[in-house]
Amino acid sequence: MDLYLLSPEISLLALALVVILLDLFIGRKWILGWVSIIGLIVPVIFTLSLWGRNETSFGGALAVDHFSLFFHLFFLGVAALVLLSSTEFARKFAAFRAEYYALILLAATGMMLLASTRELISIFVALELTGISLYVLTGFLKDPKSSEAGLKYLLLGAVASAVFLYGMALVFGLTGTTYLEGIAAAISAEGLLGSPALLMGIVLLVAGFGFKIAAVPFQMWVPDVYEGAPTPITAYLSVASKAAGFAVILRVFYEALGPASLDWGMIFAVLAAITMTVGNIVAIAQKNIKRMLGYSSIAMAGYLMIGLAAVTTEASSALIFFLACYALTNLGAFIAIIAISNKINSDEISDYSGMVRRAPLYALALALCLISLTGIPPTAGFMAKIYIFSAGVNAELLWLVIIAVINSVISAYYYLRVVRVMFLGEPLSKEGVHASSGLRVALSISCLGVLLLGIYPWMLLKFAETAASIFLP
Amino acid sequence: MMGLDIAFWVLAVVSVGAALAVVLTRDIFRAALFLVLCFFTVAGIYITLSADFLAGAQVLIYVGAIGVLIIFAIMLTRESRRGSPSGRLRLPALFIGLLFLVTMVFVVVSTDWYVIAELPTEPTTTAIAQALFSGEDGFVLAFEIAAALLLAAIIGAIVLVREK
Repeated sequence: MDLYLLSPEISLLALALVVILLDLFIGRKWILGWVSIIGLIVPVIFTLSLWGRNETSFGGALAVDHFSLFFHLFFLGVAALVLLSSTEFARKFAAFRAEYYALILLAATGMMLLASTRELISIFVALELTGISLYVLTGFLKDPKSSEAGLKYLLLGAVASAVFLYGMALVFGLTGTTYLEGIAAAISAEGLLGSPALLMGIVLLVAGFGFKIAAVPFQMWVPDVYEGAPTPITAYLSVASKAAGFAVILRVFYEALGPASLDWGMIFAVLAAITMTVGNIVAIAQKNIKRMLGYSSIAMAGYLMIGLAAVTTEASSALIFFLACYALTNLGAFIAIIAISNKINSDEISDYSGMVRRAPLYALALALCLISLTGIPPTAGFMAKIYIFSAGVNAELLWLVIIAVINSVISAYYYLRVVRVMFLGEPLSKEGVHASSGLRVALSISCLGVLLLGIYPWMLLKFAETAASIFLP
Repeated sequence: MMGLDIAFWVLAVVSVGAALAVVLTRDIFRAALFLVLCFFTVAGIYITLSADFLAGAQVLIYVGAIGVLIIFAIMLTRESRRGSPSGRLRLPALFIGLLFLVTMVFVVVSTDWYVIAELPTEPTTTAIAQALFSGEDGFVLAFEIAAALLLAAIIGAIVLVREK
């Protein structure tokens, strides 16, 4: 048992504790935010020191490989950007800033564990660690909207956990083990393919995970939760929570249920088609920008699921690449929204009218991110869609890719509508928009990332390919 | 074996009946009491499976702690006497519930389960402790993550009950 393999998670947990303890002794609370951001360097260093290792610990329950290390860096990066964009926002709850930062860090710990555990019970506990931290963060503001969002997220999350547990129990009852490797071995050794309990287990697991990634028909919590949650947390939910869901799906379905890939590949293909269509069509009617991005994130889950439906290594690396591009783009969009909404105190799209004359840089950044979400070059979103669509075509899922392309065209309508309102509308007032340095840094990082990945994606693609290579049969 | 079978069927019928009563009773306080009964019978089923430690834990945690907590919560909530309001989604819910029940029964009946030949008679506490805490091939990782989970839950509880 090598505890060093767990050092990124342990150091991140320790950082959360340090932030809470510092809160007791420090008068100037703004320091706490910066401590949690700068402290993230420690888990990053531990992760980098593990780079290239391919080992397991805890009797095979914990895997340190390219896949888990890639996602460690991913979640740490997302947490850093969310913390940066929270520094100004966190002033609203003066006395509880430390807890806010600590819960963000705890949720990140859970997500890192989700990407690296290979045993169903550990996966479940890590899922709950992520979930509980996020439920509380959603209801953090304690105003009616935020409380409603938190309660809805908690109740539906609990149902999803129960469904997931039910699926786990069926798989365990059939195979007699909770270790992913053992499950795969039992399925092929005892010829359990096609057994009704296995099929039911797969369906229930898909339903449980489908909640996390917000796939239709498990998406009903998204709009209310995204609207009510504090905006940095909405960004966190839409990016990190979704990515964690996809990471754990890749891990569980490839490593444990790989032999049954014909069954679940088809389920994901159908869900992908429904999810992107519903997400895009409902998004058209939205007037609140956070709700619109909520539905857009549902549609994104649909595109991402093409990578699950096409059961190839190429598709999983395209999926991982898409996740990274989507993360930068969506974070950029939400950070720009935080900066603008802080000033105008509204999330209505009509209030963004003429924003380019009031806050040219923020409006440009938001426009860039929306263009990337649509999938127009030279942005990250374009590259991401190219790769995932071509992986779909190569896996003979042409019908699904055609639906996805039609959906991308539909989505252009509501993304570009916001751009039009910002650039061609009359400004409602002449007041400019000023944001904190944290927000500005976070926004520049994500926008530069969006452009860089749109022009020079090869390095990240290579990382994604190495990460996905652990699923080679 | 005969006695165990009878015990199982009695417990199973009572537990399913109690679970139904939890959902169907209007009075929320009675529903809570039925829930406690349901927890109790599940503990009984664990005993028939010779999972002694699990049965003890079930009684202590579910019957003792969670049952009491739910009852306290009901007593501290105003207007809880009114019971659950009837929703418009009653029929669809019934339909989906029945569909799920039929599928599950079909799945359980038609699957070749992994069954052990005879009941273990040893006390299970040592085996559970070893499974939980042994570093190799155990569940110590899940146990450690559960510690972090409890920390997150405690911090969350403190945050959510703060004065506004």
